[in-house]
Amino acid sequence: MKIEVRGLDAYFRSTHALRSVSLGVPANTVLAIIGPSGCGKSTFVRCINRMHELVPGARQTGQIFVDGKDLHARGVDPVDLRRRVGMVFQRPNPFPTMSIYDNVVAGLRLNGIGGDHAELVEKSLRQAALWDEVKDRLHTSALSLSGGQQQRLCIARALAIGPEVMLMDEPASALDPIATAKIEELIRELRQQLTIVIVTHNMQQAARVSDHTAFFYMGELIEHGETEQIFTNPREPRTEDYVTGKFG
Amino acid sequence: MKRRRLVNHLMTALCGFGLLLALIPLGSILWLVISRGAPALNLDFFTQLPAPVGETGGGVGNAILGTLSMVGIGCILGVPVGVGAGVFLAERGNGRTGDAVRFTAEVLSGVPSIVVGIVAYGLVVLPMHRFSALAGGVALAVLMIPALARSTEELVRLVPGSLREASLALGVPQWRTSLRVVLRTALGGIVTAVLLSIARAAGETAPLLFTALNNQYWNFKADQPTASLTVQIYNYAVSPYQDWHQKAWGAALVLLLLVGALSLIAKALARNRFGTAR
Repeated sequence: MKIEVRGLDAYFRSTHALRSVSLGVPANTVLAIIGPSGCGKSTFVRCINRMHELVPGARQTGQIFVDGKDLHARGVDPVDLRRRVGMVFQRPNPFPTMSIYDNVVAGLRLNGIGGDHAELVEKSLRQAALWDEVKDRLHTSALSLSGGQQQRLCIARALAIGPEVMLMDEPASALDPIATAKIEELIRELRQQLTIVIVTHNMQQAARVSDHTAFFYMGELIEHGETEQIFTNPREPRTEDYVTGKFG
Repeated sequence: MKRRRLVNHLMTALCGFGLLLALIPLGSILWLVISRGAPALNLDFFTQLPAPVGETGGGVGNAILGTLSMVGIGCILGVPVGVGAGVFLAERGNGRTGDAVRFTAEVLSGVPSIVVGIVAYGLVVLPMHRFSALAGGVALAVLMIPALARSTEELVRLVPGSLREASLALGVPQWRTSLRVVLRTALGGIVTAVLLSIARAAGETAPLLFTALNNQYWNFKADQPTASLTVQIYNYAVSPYQDWHQKAWGAALVLLLLVGALSLIAKALARNRFGTAR
């Protein structure tokens, strides 16, 4: 297992956002997390790169292992962890003061790794399927791109620091169908190099891109299994109600 | 229906009248300073030392230089502290320390500038045993810091949290995120705030009266008494000589132009900033 979660509980002050969640994600697979709003999906992925603890009043208990190493063991620096576990957010958030090129290498530059990154920029933008659209204007503002292009730029930016795991928090929910299709194709491509956890509101999207699916409801992991099984033959009645559109 | 329209017209007229009243002082300041100050302006006025009583000619070159250098010293001392405090308030200022700093800044910005002058006198002039440009600069810096801290805090808070998250998720430490992403994004606005606080400091007289005092000659040393436009205007204006009154108007016009230019630059920068945002 690339990622192993055991008995994870997460809180925001008095709100109990996740209730003893346990699941594993094998390397080079895509795990989709589905569930209605407020069910703890985002909190779950934000625990995996320790972004959850940055929110004032946030706590967590339980264990998360990446490559068999406990994230909260002594000596694990969350800053180093985040370089191995990349993240893409719901809304595209390129750095507005930087060019396209500078955005891609922002992770390196901001960490003080200098040098000529031209090759890396091309590689990352190609991986994010954006290279052909921006290769002639790498030094224009990142804000000149469309929303879908900005989101792929953010993926390229996350890829440039060479992560092993990529967390995606509803990466396509602010995008139109064509841009969404591009992101989904990208996810299928990236699976060959990375382990991906994607939160989505869109059940068709989960069915299209993932190998495994986890259904969260009210902070609990209700069901977790092969995507095919979750969508065609769920064991839990609540899962069935959700995937067939009876609630949520 | 008719009544509503009538009230609408009446209110519009009242607002227009209020606007006119508010513009009268502004218009008369501009008119008086320009009409009386303009005849005094010539090249000598900007480059020469003040002439003794009775002699014609001369200028306020040393006062212009003095104002610029003391505002410069004020900036070097005040901008890092003010901007730094603002970033601290925005990024870490939600606890007790933050409230205390915020309260202090508020109190400090309400302190009359002459009191700031006295404090600078006690802190700098007395230990050094002389009036100096440094003391004037310290007084101006103390005046700049609170306003700068508050406006920097506001500007840094305007930076979307998603950018901070993006940076943290790339494995960038918090402090570097604050400096290189958050501060960098707010920089345009902060430059504007700095320019406005410079404009305000350049127009101060009271804090300079007994810190920098005055000087009839060129002064290039930070530890010597220094002339400034505002103190020079004061000295000229209270003198009994017609010629000096004329010079006071001229110096007032120069000061007005300086402050006006800074405000215009600040405005242009601010517009540019919002123009480039999506």
